[in-house]
Amino acid sequence: MHQKPSKDRILFSVIAYGFLAIFTVCCALPFLFVISGAFSSEQSILEHGYSLIPHAFSTAAFQTLLAAPGDILNAYGITILITVAGTALGIIITSMAAYVLQRKCFPHRNVISFFFYFTTIFEGGIVPKYILMIRYLGMKNNLLALILPLLINVFYIIIMRSTISSTIPDSLIESAEIDGAGEFRIFWTIIMPLSKPILATIGLFMALEYWNDWFNAMLYVDKKALIPLQYYLYKMLSQITMLRQLVSRVPQLTSVTPPEESFKMAMTLVTIGPILILYPFVQKYFVSGIMVGAVKG
Amino acid sequence: MRRKGYMRRNRTLFFMILPAIVYFIIFAYLPMTGAVLAFKNYNYLDGIFRSPWNGLKNFQFLFAGGKIYRVAWNTFAYNIVFIAVNQTLQVMTAIFLTEIGSKLFKKVSQSTILLPYFISWVIVGGFIYNIFNYEYGALNNFLRMLGREPVDMYSNVGAWKYVLVIVNAWKWVGYGSVIYLAAITGIDKQIYEAADIEGAGMFRKIFSITLPLITPQIVTLILLDVGRIFKGDFQMFYQVTGNNPLLYETTDVIDTFVVRSLLQLQDVGMSSAAGLMQSVINFSILVSVNAIVKHVQSDYALF
Repeated sequence: MHQKPSKDRILFSVIAYGFLAIFTVCCALPFLFVISGAFSSEQSILEHGYSLIPHAFSTAAFQTLLAAPGDILNAYGITILITVAGTALGIIITSMAAYVLQRKCFPHRNVISFFFYFTTIFEGGIVPKYILMIRYLGMKNNLLALILPLLINVFYIIIMRSTISSTIPDSLIESAEIDGAGEFRIFWTIIMPLSKPILATIGLFMALEYWNDWFNAMLYVDKKALIPLQYYLYKMLSQITMLRQLVSRVPQLTSVTPPEESFKMAMTLVTIGPILILYPFVQKYFVSGIMVGAVKG
Repeated sequence: MRRKGYMRRNRTLFFMILPAIVYFIIFAYLPMTGAVLAFKNYNYLDGIFRSPWNGLKNFQFLFAGGKIYRVAWNTFAYNIVFIAVNQTLQVMTAIFLTEIGSKLFKKVSQSTILLPYFISWVIVGGFIYNIFNYEYGALNNFLRMLGREPVDMYSNVGAWKYVLVIVNAWKWVGYGSVIYLAAITGIDKQIYEAADIEGAGMFRKIFSITLPLITPQIVTLILLDVGRIFKGDFQMFYQVTGNNPLLYETTDVIDTFVVRSLLQLQDVGMSSAAGLMQSVINFSILVSVNAIVKHVQSDYALF
């Protein structure tokens, strides 16, 4: 192995490093633009447009944002509430179902597995679901409408089931059974503590889905007090866009002060901030989760 | 005595799985039966099951409108291109990440390209607007800097095809490459060592060892995508284009069409007809593709 690198090794490195470098920069740039934009003065954006490094550093956008933080704090609160409640409830239901499905003594477990799996290959579609939620379940402007649609994912049950059966020996469950432990007790005191890594992984995937959800809010919520963060941001961005189009089409309106670009950036940064801060710590769980999903899903 | 313990055990197990069963009945199987809406003249008062039947009228109306052909074609064509572009880039990214020497570069690069997976489509939509908006967008800034004429992307319908393909790759290739990274890591190192002794070069090893050995994963992932070939990613199409009516011609897919017909036109009949057609076609394609694969090479089948 002590030969000098061959020609095709060099060529390969050039292609590999080049490709990855370009791709990496493309993925980082939009985030850098947002961070820079949020800390730029409004005037510098209007004059020079967005740039990588602020032309004129300013925290004015954050000051505006903090001046009347009521709505944003409320949206934050809703998002945190649905993320925590949805993830906690989802994890418990998912892991109970997974535990039962890997218990070989449980009758009809294959039938139930298929009953779950079938929902991923055929679906009723958005329209019946929407009407069910609004007309029959009374979910319009109901906090549950932001939690229930994302509560359980069949793939997490499948992943959890195979993780339990491959990491926890049957003999452990059997000996607990002989000692007289009931099924729920076995699940709660043996399975759950031993499944912490996979619980953390699946929980993070669930939490991310709740944090990023705006679609269910668009369908089911129009009361201001119930609007989660992503949908709040969406409404704000699209209102500003609409206003701008209006201003550019109607010449008489040009005297209207243009909405603040840096404010938009600051609001975006506030929305993705928690993800960017947590990202270095949770990334490995997501990577292992994607890998587990690829092998077992 | 033993029999009784067995029964009690199973009863507990049944209660533990019951929440999940109830959940899927309400949120998956009830909507499936609700698909009868496609054959009904829905009104809110009578609800799904007591509204009067109206045969195939909803479907006739859907096809008479003519838009369904365009959105179905858009959905199909986008998905074909997405599969080709994303799978290629994912495999390339995974191979490059595995083979490059610098650990630091690998770490930074992998972390950064996975980042787009973590942000919502609302944020992506904001990014897109920052790049393409006429006055302050990064693209026009750049063009002005070069002394060129700025472009108005929002009146350039054709360009959005490319934008969507690029954005879709940007969002998902990091995620997809992790799957292939796992597959490549699973390959026995001795095979590469044997190839080294035989004097095989870098490219030879990639094409003769790595690619053939990750083919099962490639086939499985493509199969999964083919099973969704008539399903458009609503959130992406809606947010990236900003739901801009000027761009519908090239960017409207079945899912955006259905949601718009439902929420804006309040046309339950037509939108559920389109939705049901989409579900049935997707299901048939998935089942038949799976059957073919099972026949040819049963290891690659999904179920």
